[in-house]
Amino acid sequence: MQEKVKEPGSEFTHIGTRPVRPDGVDKVTGRARFGADLSLPGQITGKVLRSPHPHARIRSIDTSAAEKLAGVKAVVTAADFKDQPSEFVPAGEMMINYRDVVRNVMAREKVLFEGHPVAAVAATSASIAKQALKLIKVDYEVLPHVIDVREAMKPDAPLLHEDMITQGMTPAPTKPSNIAKRIEIGLGDIAAGFAAADIVIEREFDTKPVHQGYIEPHACSATVSEDGQAELWVSTQGHWIVRAHCARLLGWDVSKIRVTAAEIGGGFGGKTVVYLEPIALALAKKSGRPVKMVMTREEVLKASGPTSGAHVKVKMGAKKDGTLVAAEAQLLFQAGAFQGSPVQPAAMCAFAPYDIANVKLVGYDVVSNRPKVAAYRAPGGPIAEFAVESVVDELAAKVGLDPIALRLKNAAKQGTRAAYGPKFGPVGFVETLEAAEAHAHWRTPLGKNQGRGVAAGFWFNIGGETSVSLSLNEDGTLSLTAGTPDIGGLRASLCMMAGEELSVGLDKIRVQIGDTGQLGYNFLTGGSRATFSSGMATVEAAREVKREACKRAAKMWELPVEAVEYVDGKVRPAGPNAGKHEPMTLAQVAAIAGKTGGPIVGYSRINAHGAAPSFATHLCDVEVDPETGKATVIRYTALQDAGRAIHPSYVEGQYQGGVAQGIGWALNEEYIYGPDGRMQNAGFLDYRVPVASDLPMIDTVIVEVPNPSHPYGVRGVGETPICPPMAAVANAIANATGVRMTDLPMSPPKVLKALDDARAKGAAKM
Amino acid sequence: MSKHHVTTKINGDETEFLCETDETLLDVLRNQLGLTGTKEGCSTGDCGACSVTVDGRLVCSCLMLGVEANGKSIGTIEGMAKGEKLHPLQEKFLSHAALQCGICTPGFLVAAKALLDKNPDPSETEVRYWLAGNLCRCTGYDKIVRAVMDAAAEMRGA
Repeated sequence: MQEKVKEPGSEFTHIGTRPVRPDGVDKVTGRARFGADLSLPGQITGKVLRSPHPHARIRSIDTSAAEKLAGVKAVVTAADFKDQPSEFVPAGEMMINYRDVVRNVMAREKVLFEGHPVAAVAATSASIAKQALKLIKVDYEVLPHVIDVREAMKPDAPLLHEDMITQGMTPAPTKPSNIAKRIEIGLGDIAAGFAAADIVIEREFDTKPVHQGYIEPHACSATVSEDGQAELWVSTQGHWIVRAHCARLLGWDVSKIRVTAAEIGGGFGGKTVVYLEPIALALAKKSGRPVKMVMTREEVLKASGPTSGAHVKVKMGAKKDGTLVAAEAQLLFQAGAFQGSPVQPAAMCAFAPYDIANVKLVGYDVVSNRPKVAAYRAPGGPIAEFAVESVVDELAAKVGLDPIALRLKNAAKQGTRAAYGPKFGPVGFVETLEAAEAHAHWRTPLGKNQGRGVAAGFWFNIGGETSVSLSLNEDGTLSLTAGTPDIGGLRASLCMMAGEELSVGLDKIRVQIGDTGQLGYNFLTGGSRATFSSGMATVEAAREVKREACKRAAKMWELPVEAVEYVDGKVRPAGPNAGKHEPMTLAQVAAIAGKTGGPIVGYSRINAHGAAPSFATHLCDVEVDPETGKATVIRYTALQDAGRAIHPSYVEGQYQGGVAQGIGWALNEEYIYGPDGRMQNAGFLDYRVPVASDLPMIDTVIVEVPNPSHPYGVRGVGETPICPPMAAVANAIANATGVRMTDLPMSPPKVLKALDDARAKGAAKM
Repeated sequence: MSKHHVTTKINGDETEFLCETDETLLDVLRNQLGLTGTKEGCSTGDCGACSVTVDGRLVCSCLMLGVEANGKSIGTIEGMAKGEKLHPLQEKFLSHAALQCGICTPGFLVAAKALLDKNPDPSETEVRYWLAGNLCRCTGYDKIVRAVMDAAAEMRGA
């Protein structure tokens, strides 16, 4: 039975309330220390020399003049990093290959994109380090480059990796190409499905690479002692991951590297891989001095992230009554300079919101002379879902159903088999559609030049390895240590779950993010897993504290442990022994901890299973200027299943933030390359993310269909919100203008051109 | 190349520092004076994370040289709370959950305070346009705008 929980809070003390986050005061006073805020005694500055060419062979690198410059303490090149064999390992929700990671961190044989690191320097000042970079002589043999995904797939395209044979093809190709991999996913009989369809719509879509756009550039500080003990302070989504990658690339024992996660100024998937960190450690080792490295915004845009640009073809078939019977897609994804685009998850989630018997998805992972893509909030999802949700919108119009009704008719629910394999458990897609239908937004009349769009969203969410410790302090307060960096209120959620379990006030629990020496392995903050996984581990740790408290009291009272229970923050004799002793508070239990067995600590180390997907429905109103083609979002409502919202304000914040990023992706953001293969808009002036005056208030509705695998019903919520906005905006523009936009971003010149073309054919509504 | 001797006032305190000709006020604040609450997001004046006030006027400290601070009065995020008392804007950012990662927050608070000092009763549109020079990638601005409006109302005694 699916239940729609409305007002949370009645059955809980803390969960569903909106307390001030524990790290809040530090963040409004400037006290919080982010990646670039640490200074170590004797610290020097590291800078990276980057390739000016999108594609070139490195004939030689001469660092001798740089090394001789006064104030230069170390210079490193690829020679300082051991080459790595090909081996794929998980990085967030994507896979990486160490052979490629070592080359992405520092170019070896070739440079493969503008901004590719070729050497790095550490010097006593930033200006000396910059001078030293100019003294490094790199002899390049410039090669032809390729930027566009379809160009890169052509047989005569310049080859990035001369030995790359496409995987996933039978028979395997005999010649190398830029196509790293072909994937295929399917369900049923696609030909029979389309044969049974009354209406078939096929469209092609293009999306541009967009950057995660975190406001804090990558930053770290490293120090390595003479006996090889290394410490790294870094802005990252996962410090255990950073430790693993650095140990691997440097050939050091994992135990030699202690990584502390600084406060992180945004990540969105982009801080799940290493760029500066192994370089900083290598420079620190070589110089014997602490080394601090901070990227400029230009470096961030040219050499970190972004997500893929893509070309997507979608074909869907429906019966006259609107029943979807067949769906097919081809997805061509840019991976950047090294393979590993999110084409697989994109294919997996493309049709996931719908119950369709016959599905076929084919994807290609294609390299080109761009920065290697990194995860970006629901990696791949927004691209595939933009295409699919646009076609679904057209289908609805064709069969004469409103877009919510068509989705309701075909919505995935408990028991639906997804094209990517599993049958869904309890999921809340139908509930979000019903909530959208019931929302005032849906019925508010539109004005002149305005249109309304609907789009659905889906993301899987993950669990994974997690460790949390919860110590009962000697005065009865608690110290909670988690290992997933807090990017958007995690400490608050964990504190609330611990407080709920133990029936203690939130001011009695202090939450910290531990370093890699303080806990067992933790996978990163990503995949919308932190509140789910660290929350699950927190609840287990709290339950262990309760059990231990009962045990200690039982010892004091000389009762069997079953005869003691934990109620309302106290231990007391239970059953036939009830009332025999005064209940003890946690403070009283803590006071006797030494005499009854030592410190009381709950420690949970789990592989969190049972992460459940989160579905969303978004409503978007736009107003299009018929003269300029500028589309402005004037009203937006995001309705999403959170399972259960621990701290509703931060759940709403995830919805609102994802929507804003999606609107940027829809209307403004894109990487622009010149014919020389160089990025032309590597700054926030020209790579324009939405600002406050671009957006309206973003209304939210939290739907709660609890996840049965989590003690409090939590689903991940962070990624789904970025999936619907591009289609919601495109559908709204189509509704306002009569013109279907299929090429992102839907910037004024493109909309105007499409409008003019449609006007010439008499097909425009304005 | 000798350094410049600069005398200025920071958050009301007389402060002296030496800086190179090409050092920005942001570099000086962060690297010399340890005032790391002012953040660097772009160093081109596009993101507003380094917002400070100079003689009461809102400025991106990455676009101003350290030497230009001579004789001026600089306000940074570190000067916003008075003793243990947070500024109403700081209180409202917390109660409205108007921050997620928090990197843009100091810049927003400094910018919002500069707005309310000039205009104690801004409309939503005025708040949005005033804050258009401050980028936030986490919140979609909704809760930030609400927090600023609410703080303004409270400061007016409304």
